[in-house]
Amino acid sequence: MSDQIFRAMRQSIIDGAPDMATELAQQALANGVDPLEAVNQGFAAGITFAGDQFGCGQMFLPDLLASAEAMKAAIKILEPEMLKRGSRRETLGKIVLGTARGDIHDIGKNLVATILSASGFQIFDLGTSVTPEQFVAKAKEVDADIVGVSALLTTTMAGQKAVIEALDRNGLRPRVKAIIGGAAVTSKWAAEIGADGYSRNAIDALELAKNLMNRVMNKGTAQA
Amino acid sequence: MRPRIQLLSPELIGRILREAFELLMNPGVRVGSAPVVELLRSAGVEVGVAASDGVARIPEPLVRQCLASAPRDFYLYNRQGEKAVHYGGDDVQFDPGSCCVQMLDPDTLEARPSETRDLVRIVQVTETLPQFAAQSTAVVCSDSDAPSAIGDLYRLLVVLQHSDKPVVTGSFSAAGLQGMIDLLAADSGSADKLRQQPRAVFDVCPSPPLNWSEFGSHNLLDLARAGVPAEIVSMPLAGGTAPVTLAGSVTQHAAEVLAGITLHQLAGPGSPVVWGGAPAIFDMRTGGAPMGAVETAMLNMACAEVGKHLGLPTHGYLVATDSKFVDAQAGAESGRSAMLGALAGINMISGAGMLESLACHSVEKLVIDAESIASAQRLARGIEVRSEDVRGETLATAMFAQTGLSGEFLKLKETRALFRQEQYLPSPVIDRSARGSEPPSDVFTRARARVDELVSKYRKPSLPEDVLRKFQAIVDREADRAGVAAALPRN
Repeated sequence: MSDQIFRAMRQSIIDGAPDMATELAQQALANGVDPLEAVNQGFAAGITFAGDQFGCGQMFLPDLLASAEAMKAAIKILEPEMLKRGSRRETLGKIVLGTARGDIHDIGKNLVATILSASGFQIFDLGTSVTPEQFVAKAKEVDADIVGVSALLTTTMAGQKAVIEALDRNGLRPRVKAIIGGAAVTSKWAAEIGADGYSRNAIDALELAKNLMNRVMNKGTAQA
Repeated sequence: MRPRIQLLSPELIGRILREAFELLMNPGVRVGSAPVVELLRSAGVEVGVAASDGVARIPEPLVRQCLASAPRDFYLYNRQGEKAVHYGGDDVQFDPGSCCVQMLDPDTLEARPSETRDLVRIVQVTETLPQFAAQSTAVVCSDSDAPSAIGDLYRLLVVLQHSDKPVVTGSFSAAGLQGMIDLLAADSGSADKLRQQPRAVFDVCPSPPLNWSEFGSHNLLDLARAGVPAEIVSMPLAGGTAPVTLAGSVTQHAAEVLAGITLHQLAGPGSPVVWGGAPAIFDMRTGGAPMGAVETAMLNMACAEVGKHLGLPTHGYLVATDSKFVDAQAGAESGRSAMLGALAGINMISGAGMLESLACHSVEKLVIDAESIASAQRLARGIEVRSEDVRGETLATAMFAQTGLSGEFLKLKETRALFRQEQYLPSPVIDRSARGSEPPSDVFTRARARVDELVSKYRKPSLPEDVLRKFQAIVDREADRAGVAAALPRN
């Protein structure tokens, strides 16, 4: 019974079907399935598959967004029960996101937020045209692991540098990692301004964030 | 007959405009700032105050009234005061793409941050090529001489120092525009002279969807009041920041430009304005804007068709590629969009020289694109009937009367008199030679040689001392305003 429902859950995410995902989540709760297992063995497997398919060019951004929306719908049903059982879904990390000062283009940033959130990161989205001070304040407030700054325009890329400098000035780095993205952003620019990473698209951003978190955790273990 | 491609039926253009006018009322247009809200309200437009940005609902009659005051055509002038670019009708002209941050290094084939020397080289090459009717402020100068706070002014200064041609440019901020207008006025002699014989057109961009930010709308208002031409470059990304259908994106484009023209004409009725754009599809794998895609070319053509239907001057963004190298993909994408743009009769086509979806410039690509542009210009002239035959125009019989069946056309005076008009004679960038004893070269090698040749042919214009002094004063003033130290090229 469980296997079957997990497979259906996985499929509902791959199909990008929020109604089906909602129904399956409700069904799982009614049948006494552990909500954490429903996420980990069912729904999350769908996100992983969708990510892989996107990576190899078999799925596209609209498919991926639909999968993320379906995931959100499932989590919404399961979360209260998880909280009740004290079995909160493990957060992969806390990420503060926003577009650089002066830049109102947020399509890329929104994609990243959706994918990372669906994959288990806790996202604090500051929206568009965010000042370095706002990034710093939020990172402090939520004890962020990663700060991500997006810039589409060549003219607003300087804002990414300003955020990294502000994080440095406030002594948040290297504990808080700074990552950047955007159409005109290159790995060279990332290196030049001392970012901890850069990614070309939302799926790469997910890999990047996971890798950075691994590094943080490994370091933590080594020190302990 | 001039060959034309049309993608939209008159019925479809009618539907596009009907829905564009609907969009201007619902959901309306976001407008960024108090002066714009004031301007619209004084024209009787309802502007909401709910958010920090107001949403304006612009009624069709007001837009129609503004369309009626916008000029049907206008000219850009060169430094000698001659008409050099005609915005209007079916005239097709080209300029290099604008505002790149990277330059392809021809030695390493790597993209590196663009610098002043790159801009100068692009301007030099563009100056010598008749294919380019105008210059553009092609790359951002990242070297230390150019403080980024006044980077827009600096780019324009470099172009004015090195070129007599008209310029397609743009400002990076609301406050930066005035310095650039002053620079052009100094070059023209006075602000009045600049208004009468504008040397430059400024690209001004709304943010999709349906958002005229403070920066863009202030530029529009200031340009309209100064009488300096504005080119509204709306850039919907079909499927990303605009409806996924090409027709839907063309509709959004129309609404954005109509809103821009309304702001512009309310501020300066009769001021020259261009129905421009850089529409593209949204790449569903990368999230990028593939400038080389055929659908991107189709969007540019269709958007221009709507502008032509309204009787306005038009602009588009073509002749660019998504490739990172000057390779077969670059040639195929840039060449075919040059052809399509010319056949669509777009007045100004920007984009030549650009790689990597507008992120990188290459001067070698620019000279290759110039060959595609010349071919496109040739195609756009179509097949003309011309004859040296004094007794009346024949197509072939008069020439056969002279040669009989001998086949000796090469000897005919008609051949010598007409071949230059009939054929575009390419530069050595294009290889048509038979294989000889020398090993054949590839196009990139030939393009590099061509760039060197053109740069060596280039002569820098000499500007009067008083103009240079005025330039310096404006630069010093703007550097002060921006709070930067300017070490600008004095000449």
